[in-house]
Amino acid sequence: MPKMNMVQAINLALKEEMERDPDVVLLGEDVGKNGGVFRITEGLHSLFGAERVMDTPLAESGLVGAAIGMAVYGLKPVAEIQFMGFIYPAVDQIFSHAARIRSRSRGRFTCPLVIRTPYGVGIKSPELHSESSEALFCHMPGIKVVVPSSPFAAKGLLTSAIRDPDPVLFLESTRLYRLVKEEVPEGEYTLPLGKARVVQEGKEITVIAWGSMLHKALQAVDGYDAEVIDPMTLRPFDEETILSSVKKTGRVVIIQEAPKTGGFGAELSATIAEDAMLHLKGPVLRVAGCDAALPLARLEDAYMPSVERMRRAFDGIMKY
Amino acid sequence: MTPLTRHDILLMMPEKTIESIAVRRLDILDEQGNADISLLSPLSAEEIRKMYASLVLARTFDQRALHLQREGRIGTYASILGQEAAQVGSAFALGKSDWVFPSFRETGVYLTMGYPPHQLFQYWGGDERGMVSPQGLNIFPISIPVGTHIPHAVGAAMAAKYRKDPIAVAAYFGDGGTSKGDFHEGFTMAGVFKSPVVFLCQNNQWAISVPRERQTAAKTLAQKAYAYGFEGIQVDGNDIFAVYKACRDAFGKARSGGGPTFIECVTYRMSHHTTADDATRYRQESEVEAWKERDPLLRLKRYMEKQGLWTEQYRQETEEGAKRTVDGAVRTAEALPPPHPEEMILSTYAELTPRQAKEIEDF
Repeated sequence: MPKMNMVQAINLALKEEMERDPDVVLLGEDVGKNGGVFRITEGLHSLFGAERVMDTPLAESGLVGAAIGMAVYGLKPVAEIQFMGFIYPAVDQIFSHAARIRSRSRGRFTCPLVIRTPYGVGIKSPELHSESSEALFCHMPGIKVVVPSSPFAAKGLLTSAIRDPDPVLFLESTRLYRLVKEEVPEGEYTLPLGKARVVQEGKEITVIAWGSMLHKALQAVDGYDAEVIDPMTLRPFDEETILSSVKKTGRVVIIQEAPKTGGFGAELSATIAEDAMLHLKGPVLRVAGCDAALPLARLEDAYMPSVERMRRAFDGIMKY
Repeated sequence: MTPLTRHDILLMMPEKTIESIAVRRLDILDEQGNADISLLSPLSAEEIRKMYASLVLARTFDQRALHLQREGRIGTYASILGQEAAQVGSAFALGKSDWVFPSFRETGVYLTMGYPPHQLFQYWGGDERGMVSPQGLNIFPISIPVGTHIPHAVGAAMAAKYRKDPIAVAAYFGDGGTSKGDFHEGFTMAGVFKSPVVFLCQNNQWAISVPRERQTAAKTLAQKAYAYGFEGIQVDGNDIFAVYKACRDAFGKARSGGGPTFIECVTYRMSHHTTADDATRYRQESEVEAWKERDPLLRLKRYMEKQGLWTEQYRQETEEGAKRTVDGAVRTAEALPPPHPEEMILSTYAELTPRQAKEIEDF
């Protein structure tokens, strides 16, 4: 089985789905001839042609809006937003339309659309190239939010996202793009949306982390008897897997790259408080990015949850 | 300053005009009901009678909706009074397979396309089931946010082109919509991809309280199309023949690979913005009065009288027919069972999430 990084795995998922289904089309800024700024769509333009791999004008709202129109018409568009910090002009399209088309038309029209976007700290880039604003999208009923943490997961989840009948926001950690290589099968396999993965079993602390934070968390838990969970889909998230782990360990540390206030960790924490309170030995802790605008490269490390901050949280919760 | 040399004097580079645009305006039927027969589309007497009947149906529905709102039987409603010709005329030019992306003031388009009128009452009465368009009728649900549905029409048109479906897609919006960023982005995409889309702007002079001249300093809205690389045309929006011809030409061009067209229909919003608005706060009654003489129904009636297509019996039958249709639609809408709370949850995703399943259990 070939070893691949996440860029190769995502590229392969796109290629295989385009070969399987002529309704799958790609569009975005620089995704065509250039193969995308991260080279995710490398080679697909020459393989499938300009009518299926469309370089769009520099217009995030326009390209997501057009993708919505294509999806409503019956295609399965995969739109790329070049960086998550540039998705905001398209938020109106995502919130006011993509998320509501099924509901607005009571199922008469649907919006099987995937929006892929690189997110998170990791490439020492200018302002607004490193955002991690998944919580905004998790708040909105009607869309799904998926964050793979490995090449294998990326391929299986993206394939499911493309086949999903509802709009999916697919977040790709820039830090992970070329960090990890693992065996990824060629040919079809899918990972279900809405299902978490127990990455490592343990008895004393439940550690929940997604995307690039999962890798840091796995370093940090060394020496602790921790159960590590990767939710993989944030909306809808797998309450069952998380709650059953919490009921077993009684201690929870949630790790997120985004600022703490109103982050997705808050939703997990509230769910645990509602449904597993009597199993808890201590408070639900969050290790998060700072409550500050995401800084430029020099302060990135100070902003991000570090292994040391994670361990402080583990030590803190182990006192209960 | 360096003295000029003989060479400098010979090298003359005067400024040139590298692009100039001319915006066409189409009028066919004047206020007295006289038509320019050289421009008139070949319409049979039967088709013209049907056009007039559609105008009457649209107006009858609209007036009833206003009454129902006052009686508390439906919610906020956006009247189309004065804009019937722009809506009926454009919808008449649509083919069965064409797609339509409407704004919230398109009652006349819906009705002319054959949308069940009771569903419109149902929708304005606060029930999403009113927006479930019948199979085979490609009309998208009303877009409440202004102008953001323009890129959807472009995307649907791109999809149709990709599948080689010979159809046109129409996007309806108003003068206010032309100020939105999505107008710009949608038009940009349509031009670049040469999409089979027709942009139909009903310039009704008012975006709630803001007049047309405060939306843009441009002389016409139609001219904006040229900045995106395709044709814009202005028509008298209260002249049903002009609207019909411009739309028929534009849809035909779109279906045969000619790309997008922008049509500015100059019309007037005779009523308030919606039933929640009071237009007397910001506009003169004299302005509204002046537009009464340009009424689109009156104009077609005058034409039909001159052409011998008008009889008292026809008038009576048409008006009574529209009234019967609207009466029936109100009865049907009001007899429908109320929506079940489950429906809002069930229509969020194709499948229930575990959390939603619990919410349904708790009802």
